[in-house]
Amino acid sequence: MRKIVSDAKAALEGLTFDGMTVMSGGFGLCGIPENLIAALRDSGVKGLTVISNNAGVDGFGLGQLLGTRQIAKMISSYVGENKEFERQYLAGELQLEFNPQGTLAERIRAGGAGVPAFFTATGVGTLVAEGKEVRNFDGRDYVMETGLVADLSIIKAWKADERGNLVFRKTARNFNPMMATAGKMTVVEVEEIVPTGSLDPDHIHTPGVYVDRLFVGQFEKRIEQRTVRQKEVA
Amino acid sequence: MARTREQLAERAAKELQDGFYVNLGIGIPTLVANYIPEGMEVTLQSENGMLGMGPFPYEGEEDPDLINAGKQTITEIPESAYFSSADSFAMIRGGHINLSILGAMEVAQNGDIANWMIPGKLVKGMGGAMDLVAGVKRVVVVMDHANKHGQSKVLKACTLPLTGTGVVSRIITDLATFDVKPDGAGLELIELADGVTLDEVAAKTEADYSVAAGVA
Repeated sequence: MRKIVSDAKAALEGLTFDGMTVMSGGFGLCGIPENLIAALRDSGVKGLTVISNNAGVDGFGLGQLLGTRQIAKMISSYVGENKEFERQYLAGELQLEFNPQGTLAERIRAGGAGVPAFFTATGVGTLVAEGKEVRNFDGRDYVMETGLVADLSIIKAWKADERGNLVFRKTARNFNPMMATAGKMTVVEVEEIVPTGSLDPDHIHTPGVYVDRLFVGQFEKRIEQRTVRQKEVA
Repeated sequence: MARTREQLAERAAKELQDGFYVNLGIGIPTLVANYIPEGMEVTLQSENGMLGMGPFPYEGEEDPDLINAGKQTITEIPESAYFSSADSFAMIRGGHINLSILGAMEVAQNGDIANWMIPGKLVKGMGGAMDLVAGVKRVVVVMDHANKHGQSKVLKACTLPLTGTGVVSRIITDLATFDVKPDGAGLELIELADGVTLDEVAAKTEADYSVAAGVA
């Protein structure tokens, strides 16, 4: 029970400082740590470097931290859904580093696994490879990419047990498992904490060793692109 | 008659083979899912962490935890599997996906593709496109032959920043289909859209190409 705290504010107690690097899980608005993003906003911490596949939308997700100008730099693969992001970037107020999505995922996985760098064919011959070492293996060129770690990883999972073993749900898993491994401190919000022993050990996605703090959050789970089909008429 | 969006998707669906694992890009490529032949076993991969993508949900059954790479709500089907983004791109980068069908801004006769950025305009990011073109076994581009200014998108050399070099195997446009021959050997026109003539393609194509036997 030692990892369980009451809420997002308590979960960030003593962990935030200006200029820190934060990894934030999620793909679009799916599987984002809504409660911890709001708590980071309320903490007033500034000059953040945020590593996240996307940047939220205006007023929700990481868009909230852009609105308050707490983010100095984003490392992302796609940021197309955010007007305030666009404005700050074009005004030179925000730094941006684009990584190919798979390279971003692997940099985080590598960072968490103690691998300082790796070679990938992704981005060879493009702007992404500029200034980076390129090496030929078995006749093909590969570019060197470095592992990523963060001062803090903020994660959303579906369920946890009291020891911090985590289970994700459907496509809300995305970047969360790797980011959980790559934070010096990893804080997790979940929909439910179940008694230790009630999760099947064979079905745990992220073992509790990676989790420092844990709490039950409240979730809006906003949908970015609601697409439906009509019921077939019998 | 140039192919419509639906006809382009229908033509691109002929690239599918039984047993294929396929990643479809955003736009016209997404429509290819509507033309998978009955009885053919094709598994769609969504790079945000899903194999076996189902159709859009019925109204009221949307699940915010279940979206595709375009952030649209989707559904699962009996063969679906979920995994992390690292696992997703391991299967892409590792060559385990048979086919990727993508849109493009430009394709060159050596198989270079540009589809992520226009200098001077706002850059939204490459998402998974660079990983897909570098890692998937066969990359097929589906696009309009010309841009909105009427300029050829099939070029001798790309002018926009590249997504990948020498990665495209086939180009399907509203006018014609080209194969990119291996090792920089250039383009071969293998098919015309119904009612389109060789002269029309020649007039609208900047790239060099040969014409396969029997195409007229």
